[in-house]
Amino acid sequence: MSQKTPIVTLTGVQKYYGDYHALRGITAEIGQGEFFSLLGPSGCGKTTLLRSIAGFEDLSEGQLLLDGRDMEGVPPNKRPTNMVFQSYAIFPHMNVAENVGFGLRRSSMSTEEKRRAVGEALEMVGLGKFGARAAHALSGGQRQRVALARALIMKPKVLLLDEPLSALDKKMREVMQVELIRLQREVGITFILVTHDQEEALVMSDRIAVMFEGEIAQLADPETLYRRPNSRRVAEFIGMMNFLPATVLPTGPGGGRVALEVAGLGRAELETAQCPGGAAIGEAEIGLRPESLTVLYEGQSAEGGREAEGTVREVVYYGDMTYYDILIDGAPSPVRVSMRNMPGRRVLDFGARARLAWDPRAMVLFC
Amino acid sequence: MRLNLLAIFAAVYLLVLYAPIVLLPLFAFNDGTVIAFPLRGFTTQWFAALLDTPALHQATFNSLVIAVSTAIFATILGLFAARAATRYGFPAKAGIIGFIMLPLVLPEVIVAISLLIVLMQLGLNSGTWSIIAGHTLICTPFAIAILQGSFANMDRSLEEAAVDLGETAWSTFRLITLPLVSPGIIASLLICFTISLDEFIIAFFLSGNEPTLPVYLWGQLRFPARLPVVMALGTILVILSVLLLVVAETFRRRGLKRAGLKDTGGFL
Repeated sequence: MSQKTPIVTLTGVQKYYGDYHALRGITAEIGQGEFFSLLGPSGCGKTTLLRSIAGFEDLSEGQLLLDGRDMEGVPPNKRPTNMVFQSYAIFPHMNVAENVGFGLRRSSMSTEEKRRAVGEALEMVGLGKFGARAAHALSGGQRQRVALARALIMKPKVLLLDEPLSALDKKMREVMQVELIRLQREVGITFILVTHDQEEALVMSDRIAVMFEGEIAQLADPETLYRRPNSRRVAEFIGMMNFLPATVLPTGPGGGRVALEVAGLGRAELETAQCPGGAAIGEAEIGLRPESLTVLYEGQSAEGGREAEGTVREVVYYGDMTYYDILIDGAPSPVRVSMRNMPGRRVLDFGARARLAWDPRAMVLFC
Repeated sequence: MRLNLLAIFAAVYLLVLYAPIVLLPLFAFNDGTVIAFPLRGFTTQWFAALLDTPALHQATFNSLVIAVSTAIFATILGLFAARAATRYGFPAKAGIIGFIMLPLVLPEVIVAISLLIVLMQLGLNSGTWSIIAGHTLICTPFAIAILQGSFANMDRSLEEAAVDLGETAWSTFRLITLPLVSPGIIASLLICFTISLDEFIIAFFLSGNEPTLPVYLWGQLRFPARLPVVMALGTILVILSVLLLVVAETFRRRGLKRAGLKDTGGFL
């Protein structure tokens, strides 16, 4: 994505509210046509950053370029951005068509052209016949679509979405996720999404910036973020991750690889590329996703003899999946293992002994 | 038993509250100058007498001028204060708002006396304008209370959305804010008008030789023969006050409905 022309360039962006340091040096480039997400827990500064791009907040320091233009002192109504608000902010005293057409008030279009543009925008979000509907007679999902149509009709360079799906129920949220991806492909506009829902960010984004306490902790595509989180904190925030203590051995194999002794699992060799600063010899920690551990049944054996044994401490049955907490012999705490339930494969009992296979390629070294 | 006691309590409560007011129309239509039972018969002559009392007309005119001006000034001031209180944070906000709301609980006689002293010290003549000032002082807290509700009920991102869609601060106020708080503005105008119209103490202290309606009424009480006329006037005022309050409350509810909100117990 980074090879695309940047439409948003943030350089050393800082924001203070009195003593409170909300944004601590944000630097990022967001490409033309990219679906970009700001992901983080509440209070991490993601919404502040979004509102700064929209122009509702002034930067304390740093620079924001939109399409190459410095936005210093440019008010929201003069920026090439439009926003979908968390509350949708549908004007309650106007009907759907008036809401969607609101931004065209100042355009030089004829009444007929405006009418057609509103019709097209409503069609695009699947509300073709709802133009005359009163705003308060809309469901949550419909409000969301009206808010989208109202912003997209302005043909912004960047569409900003502030937790747009958080007010919807689970089913509707999944529908709207797919809908947003489709819309974004269709219009080719850069979308910047703020969310605290890691799954939502993984599903929808080309790239994700994970934010903690006003800083970007990691900026990567969803797969890298999931497979190679750069810190324990990011790993904990995105999906489920097991952590095990490990020791980086001084007798590494060399050639860009490092040897580890992992508690309960034994010796593993990893790429040092995981640690750009180089892996320090001594105490460290590795991460392993639940799906990277496999329960071995009778007659099965692990590739390269990478097996471990332990006791089942918890069984959580989900229908398609079963989650086990297994205390591996020699490990300080249980690891979570997720297994797909296959026909003819017995679900392990609480307290049973289990053999596990593990794959060092799925291991993440935190150094 | 408990229910019955409660019912009796409610009945007595309402009786004590409203019986004196019911006496007003009763004696206003009574054919006799003495305010006492038994009633003498039905007449409308006291209402007719209202029509040919020029001093009363002048007092009514004074009161209307004062009430309309007060309603407008108090509502405009209330609009500024309510918007500031709900939209912005500033140092000592709670203290400042509390200070503005103070006249709500301040004895009117204190307001009246202090205003009179200020006027005398400045060597100014009291009159209609000074009553307007006094009434604006006591009505502004009511305007703020009503309008604060209107602003608080309004989602702040509505204004931001309008700005985001290309409107300026002023056009956003005109196109979004004003239509959404207008029911509150109307309610505030009506309530301030009613309060000012009824107000006696400040008007009495500051009216000089231009009495307002309540001050004129009070003056009439010295002449027993004029009592039934006062009753007739009182009847009209009660009806008008109730009507105004009903209209004000209707507008407030309509505003809530327009904003798509549930009624959570109104100002009234």
